[in-house]
Amino acid sequence: MSKYHISATVNGEPVEFLCEPQETLLDALRDRLNLTGSKEGCGTGDCGACSVIVDGRLMCSCLMLAAEAEGHSVETIESLAQGDQLHPLQQKFLEHAALQCGFCTPGFLVAAKALLDRNPDPTETETRYWLAGNLCRCTGYDKIIRAVMDAAAELRG
Amino acid sequence: MPSLSYLAPATAEEAVRALAGAAGLAKPLSGGTDLLVQLRTGRVRPELIVDTKRIPGMIGITEEGGGFVIGAATPGAQLGEHPTLEKIWPGVVEAANLIGSTQIQGRATLAGNLCNASPAADSVPAMIAARTICVVAGPDGRREVPVENICTGPGRTSLGKGEFIVAFRLPPRPPRSGDAYLRFIPRTEMDIAVVGCGVNVTLDADGRCTDARVALGAVAPTALLVPEAAAALVGHKLDEPTLAALDAAARRACKPIDDKRGTIDYRTKVAGVLARRVAAIAFERTGAAR
Repeated sequence: MSKYHISATVNGEPVEFLCEPQETLLDALRDRLNLTGSKEGCGTGDCGACSVIVDGRLMCSCLMLAAEAEGHSVETIESLAQGDQLHPLQQKFLEHAALQCGFCTPGFLVAAKALLDRNPDPTETETRYWLAGNLCRCTGYDKIIRAVMDAAAELRG
Repeated sequence: MPSLSYLAPATAEEAVRALAGAAGLAKPLSGGTDLLVQLRTGRVRPELIVDTKRIPGMIGITEEGGGFVIGAATPGAQLGEHPTLEKIWPGVVEAANLIGSTQIQGRATLAGNLCNASPAADSVPAMIAARTICVVAGPDGRREVPVENICTGPGRTSLGKGEFIVAFRLPPRPPRSGDAYLRFIPRTEMDIAVVGCGVNVTLDADGRCTDARVALGAVAPTALLVPEAAAALVGHKLDEPTLAALDAAARRACKPIDDKRGTIDYRTKVAGVLARRVAAIAFERTGAAR
């Protein structure tokens, strides 16, 4: 089986990696680039734990082949914090206790960032619909929604 | 698993040659939201995947002669963001945007939704109602095929070896036209249609229907164009006898299965109810007198 040589931009940095044809972007991020923040929950695009932003669009990295990333720009959860400085979404998730086991959290944070990048002042309903593709089996969502709304308010200043 | 190859050609001709020349199964890839799941479960075992997204025109929407040409690999989110598409074909856009989550909308395409050939595909009844034409590239050049002639059964299409859809053509609309799509699901979001219905109408200045198309999803092995249901609307205003005739024609067209999402009786009943509701929205959207 031949490998494919891929050049892409991940979190603003140019990267190159080799991948198998059936390998997903999620696999390549985790196993080739050691960016293990994106999680595999279901592997079928139902849970959103592998959410990344590709060329400004939110998607499931488990539903994209690694080879498809050639020439594209990928943002992962690792791009949110700047060094030790948490992103306001991350800070608000902590303050609102919007996570328990934490497995779904990177996906929620990336999806919420994609929402706020596009719409800095979403309604609660818009936020709930936007995040409907992210599943959490611990918190029951309310705290997550409150954290996102609070982070949005803070980001608006 | 046989060895898999991935190709991302820069032209449709190159894609056709690769798809046609493969000894085993070759699959075109657009958004991948169905194909990657099927690869993972082993439901499809292709030897070649041809990513169509690097072919010029496969992603994007252009207005042409009062209608639209939509690149076959345009993601659902991009359909919803277009400044005029949703104003002119709201039913098509609302159907496409019902598919999956925000993440899925970032990727999922009309071509994939159609060629995956699920009887419950949300965009398909809306596209059929809208008289959408597929532009198909293949070894013998290009041909144009109405959307309703693509699916032949669950998971099966009429496309030949080496063929794939490059674009959809949405026709221009006469004044006082409206379209709509609704699906019935037992929750508010992210589910597979128990029944789907698309209606597209044109009215005269008095609010009387002069042209109609009605399509149903998830009530037969493929999405159905239902001319008898359209005939119930043509020549009439949206009064109760007309709605009752529409409801009955929609129910008569149903050939559903019993499954976990709904029984035959239930789906048939819902098809009639949905047809009424969708027709009311489509009439409303024409902006014509009631």
